[in-house]
Amino acid sequence: MATERAAAGDGLVLERVSHAFASVTALDDVSLTVEAGEVHCLLGPSGSGKSTLLRLVAGLDSLQSGRIEIGGATVADSQSDEPPEKRATGFVFQDYALFPHLDVAGNIGFGMKAAVAQRSEATAELLERIGLSDFAGAMPHTLSGGQQQRVALARALARGPRIMLMDEPFSGLDSSLRDEVRGRTLELLRQEGVATLLVTHSPEEALAVGDRISVLVGGKLLQTGSPLDVYAEPLSRDVGTIFGPLNSLVGQRAEGGVETACGVYDRAELPDASRFEVLVRPEALEIVAPEGPSRGIDGRVQSVVHAGPTVTVRVATEDGTSLLVSELTPTRWRSEDAVRVVLRSTARASILPLSGA
Amino acid sequence: MAVAARRSAAPLVAVTIGLLIGVPIVVVLRYLGSETNGLWSHLASTVLPRYLRNTLWLVLGVSLLASLLGVSTAWLVTVCRFPGRSAFRWLLLLPLAVPSYLSAYAYTDLLQFSGPVQSALREAFGWGPREYWFPAVRSLGGAIVVLSLCLYPYVYLAARAAFVEQSVCTLEAGRTLGLNRWQTFRRLGLPLARPSIAAGLSLVLMETLAEFGAVQYFAVDTFATGIYRTFTLPNEYALVAASQLSACLLALVVLLLVLEQAARRAARFHHTSTRYRAQTTWELGGAASLGAMLACLFPVVFGFGVPFVLFLHKSWVYGDARARELFFEYGTNSFQVAALASLLAVFLAFSLAYSLRLRPTPLARAAARLAGVGYAIPGGVIAIGILVTLTWIDRRVSTASELLLGASTGLLLTGSLVAVVYGYQTRFLAVSLQLLQAGLSRIRPTLDEAGRTLGATPLQVLWRVHTPLLRSTLLAAGILVFVDVIKELPATLILRPFGYETLAVRVYQLASDERLSEASTGALGILMLGMVPVVFLARTLDRRRPGQSLDDLSE
Repeated sequence: MATERAAAGDGLVLERVSHAFASVTALDDVSLTVEAGEVHCLLGPSGSGKSTLLRLVAGLDSLQSGRIEIGGATVADSQSDEPPEKRATGFVFQDYALFPHLDVAGNIGFGMKAAVAQRSEATAELLERIGLSDFAGAMPHTLSGGQQQRVALARALARGPRIMLMDEPFSGLDSSLRDEVRGRTLELLRQEGVATLLVTHSPEEALAVGDRISVLVGGKLLQTGSPLDVYAEPLSRDVGTIFGPLNSLVGQRAEGGVETACGVYDRAELPDASRFEVLVRPEALEIVAPEGPSRGIDGRVQSVVHAGPTVTVRVATEDGTSLLVSELTPTRWRSEDAVRVVLRSTARASILPLSGA
Repeated sequence: MAVAARRSAAPLVAVTIGLLIGVPIVVVLRYLGSETNGLWSHLASTVLPRYLRNTLWLVLGVSLLASLLGVSTAWLVTVCRFPGRSAFRWLLLLPLAVPSYLSAYAYTDLLQFSGPVQSALREAFGWGPREYWFPAVRSLGGAIVVLSLCLYPYVYLAARAAFVEQSVCTLEAGRTLGLNRWQTFRRLGLPLARPSIAAGLSLVLMETLAEFGAVQYFAVDTFATGIYRTFTLPNEYALVAASQLSACLLALVVLLLVLEQAARRAARFHHTSTRYRAQTTWELGGAASLGAMLACLFPVVFGFGVPFVLFLHKSWVYGDARARELFFEYGTNSFQVAALASLLAVFLAFSLAYSLRLRPTPLARAAARLAGVGYAIPGGVIAIGILVTLTWIDRRVSTASELLLGASTGLLLTGSLVAVVYGYQTRFLAVSLQLLQAGLSRIRPTLDEAGRTLGATPLQVLWRVHTPLLRSTLLAAGILVFVDVIKELPATLILRPFGYETLAVRVYQLASDERLSEASTGALGILMLGMVPVVFLARTLDRRRPGQSLDDLSE
């Protein structure tokens, strides 16, 4: 904990933050750090408390319990609670919240502290960086969704914030536009070196843009980690299924790892138990012909579903369950084929202790 | 757990304004049990039964006639198609521009014994005086007709809004279940619109209870006129007795407000379908078309056309001999006091509405409700409350200054414009408050939050975001209060500084002296000013269609 805080001196620190509306708990003892230059995704279903967290950091809601630190200085705890206008945060709203009575330059200049003369210069520079130099005098409602998003971002950056808070900033964009806008936005944020906390309900988005991902469900922070960690080694089934389907295998403690019916999974450190649930992604499994020496679960192909670059094969096993296996297109397996499912050597998995063993 | 709550002055602002506006209303109730040295029991045994009887008959008659006029015309212009239908939609609003006392003057002038109608009849048929029967204008019946013609637009507006919003699906379902047009109206349209109609009708009832000028002129004694008459009695307990009468009237108003709230609650359950389509219209045949046109023409002609033409004619032919003073002195006074009052009302309402937006605490919400209640309360009652409040302050100030400086300050507030402007705030703040609250609610909260995260304090957000966005709403709120103040009579009569005459006061005095020809110039002025908000209303009605996006912020 201590080392993390030191590293996040320029960024954002949340310590044991809890929040409730009336009697409904929105956040339950959440601690989190975002370092300068990091894009940290806050992922969770709607109602999980992620927007509340963002609003608490910005000061839009009053902190009830815990501590919030921005750039090494406490902005809210049991003694103090700075109003939003005093905090060095930028906020990009889901609906962008551009001021409809001001043009693009007016929106971007709204929060600038500089004198009027330097302001127009700074505005021009920001406009150039978001590629909207020709739109300084345009009114917000004449802009496309992507352009509005960029103006909202430039407006939030204009004050030179240490923390950038983004509430579903790409959800209003067409899917064709989203990837491009997302790429440009994150590039800009990383250049600025601000600590970015981005709220999203889309696991694909979190995996694509986050340096780290925090998974929030029902107000509880379930896991924080790199995209690969939370995807391939979720700390619980709840976290894991957010990012897609999982196969559950039963494993026994063995020499240097866990032994499953599909093969041995190598791992030095294991939880304190003798039996485990081993959660693996479909692409961690592989289908081979049933004859041969390899260790695996025999079964029959139930269905083959194409998804462009990959194919998902469902295999009904002999014990009545089924396994999902992801293969690259094209696959040679057809329905009703007799197959054997084995663990890939490169697989990563979650090892959860099984109770009652 | 305990965390430093962020301090905000917002609830304090809301409560202060609410109390300031509400005090005169509360003060009136304070005198309920006070001793009046026999004046009250004298009033109770002599005039009170008559006040009560007249008021009840008036309320009953006006509500029936106004509902009939308002609901039928609303149904006709919404559902039926006949020539002139779209023009009637806004023409039917015009009587709103006519203060009822002006209508009363006009009809008295036309229909009295020496008036043009009776004279023409006598000439045409060779009747002598007393040889024929003609209904008396200056009677309870006359008051009911005149008030209904002035007030039915409230019912019309509410009913029309309800009919427009009624899901076509419901009505078409009725048709497929075998109802004819008339049965659709009676069994579906009317019951569905009833909560809205009740809300519109409650406005009519409040205006009727508060009505002063017309009934006074018709010599129909109601609570409202009784309060004024009691107040002007040469008796040291006059003020106390008048406020006790006011308290009785207030009880009636509170009853009405409770009923209206109940009606509004019921209205919430009504929109079952969110899909609106233009009402299918019912093409009327020749005879039915004519009937519909006549039905719509009647309230427009008698509610607006007749008084308007009469005053136009009279001011053209005779006019006020003191037209110069009228427009320079009284007009300036009217303008001055209305401008002052409307600016203040917009400022107070904006502050109150914004405080409520920042911190909608239960106490602040209660304060807003208290500040808005004055619209339902007769100007005379409010005037009494203001006088009682300001007299109390004046006495304290005067006593203090006698003690300290050895000289009395006299009636510092009571005798100044402060009293009358204060009275208008209590009476009309609801008008601007309602508009601004509606306007603010259309501004997305994220705009406030964007402003705050961009370094603006709440006050800076108000100035840099809300004020420019609400420019037209602020203007509309100001204009509505302005025109209401120009028309207001009883509070102005009681609260104006000595010798301070406004257009309304001047017209009232001339008319009371049976000098209607002279009053016509001022009356025409008031009438034309009154048309301004009606035009506003007609325009917003046309713009606001169900299903239309509220996000047209670029206006």
